[in-house]
Amino acid sequence: MLTALIMVAALAAGAPENPNPQHPNEEAVDPYAPSNANAGAKPFEGDTMWKAFHGQAGVDRVVDELVDLSLKDPRIKEIFEAHDMVRLRRTLKEQFCYILNGGCTYSGRDMKSVHKDLGVQNTDFNALVEHLQIAMDHEKIGFRDQNRFLAKLAPMQRHAVER
Amino acid sequence: MVVRISLLALGVLSLMAGSSAADELRPLGKLLLTGGVTSVEGAGGGGLSTWATITGYETRDGIGGNVHGTLVALPDYQFRAYGASVGFYDRIELSYTRQAFDTQGTGAKLGLGKGFTFHQDVLGAKVRVLGDAVYNQDTWVPQVAVGLQYKNVDKAPVIAFLGGQDDKGVDYYVSATKVLLAESVVLNGTVRATKANQTGLLGFGGPGGKDDYTLQFEGSAGVLVSKRLLVGGEYRTKPNNLGLKEDDWWDLFAAYAVNKNLSVTAGYADLGTIATFKGQRGLYLSLQAGF
Repeated sequence: MLTALIMVAALAAGAPENPNPQHPNEEAVDPYAPSNANAGAKPFEGDTMWKAFHGQAGVDRVVDELVDLSLKDPRIKEIFEAHDMVRLRRTLKEQFCYILNGGCTYSGRDMKSVHKDLGVQNTDFNALVEHLQIAMDHEKIGFRDQNRFLAKLAPMQRHAVER
Repeated sequence: MVVRISLLALGVLSLMAGSSAADELRPLGKLLLTGGVTSVEGAGGGGLSTWATITGYETRDGIGGNVHGTLVALPDYQFRAYGASVGFYDRIELSYTRQAFDTQGTGAKLGLGKGFTFHQDVLGAKVRVLGDAVYNQDTWVPQVAVGLQYKNVDKAPVIAFLGGQDDKGVDYYVSATKVLLAESVVLNGTVRATKANQTGLLGFGGPGGKDDYTLQFEGSAGVLVSKRLLVGGEYRTKPNNLGLKEDDWWDLFAAYAVNKNLSVTAGYADLGTIATFKGQRGLYLSLQAGF
């Protein structure tokens, strides 16, 4: 609805028809400097972790289930509902791929910026981790490999949780 | 008195849970097992040792709590404990536990009478002072907490006969806990200043006016086998104030979280020589229910 309104407003103002030409299904975002450093973690070395996650197809399944579960979770769905899930799925897949050393470039914003004013609490952060664990279980990723990956994500709590 | 205080605390909690202020409190926010289990002295920790973790499944936005019941079945004695603990905002932990050290048939051999049982109340307070055991995976800095345990054992005449200086005492400790997530390993180290004999069940201090604090160490190491299961071991040094060849304690344990409301810890504990009876080894079992 909001998207439609923005697009209508943009059209009325005579702005370009497509606000995000690179990713036509996504909403426009304010300009920022893309960098792999924005991913918030150093990638693993070698291809062990990428293989453990079954490559891009596995990462895609994990991220999609993670987002699906989060949208169904009454604890955190409101945080997600107000945002562009198309963009979130894409940038999360890039971020996971980058950290797992799958050869991707992360094009999203840094962790502090993307979580700004979302009001994320530790409970929300942990709820997301629980969904990620379920998604990784379903992908049959070994528990120790899951933890190696979670160890990369855990410090992001400092930027994601702001109250 | 002590029981009344803990009942009061629970009453205050239930009042808070029923008030509109509770809308802002979010329970069960921690990840499975990261609140630890309940140690023999009632503090959040492992089985025999106290950890830096704050009890309960609350985060810094809520309140959590636990009740526990613990049994250690030994060849010549039985140890039992039950109690309650509350964690406030993943910052402060208050606990009360009542321990029973039942001499069973051994009581008669010791001249105390069959089934002679020492009881000890342990009131604990713990504050997390820095770090986070789980999130801070990009630094070696552990979660650190400081705490104290006020202990009061009954049977003062027996304690005095054994040479103990007091039936009351306070332990002070510093604990550091770290989850090495990339290795699926959990480590804890605790340094405790204490005068307690057999953690206080046989009083405090010893013959000849021995009434000094000594520093003792508690170490734990565990492996996360799954989200629900931690398997590990603990070692705890103890003073030998009474001259009854008091041994260090160790155990092997498995802590299993059925869910965030119930966990079971089972293990094998070796408590060494207790009041001249050697080889006190046996089953350790603890149930914890909470939120």
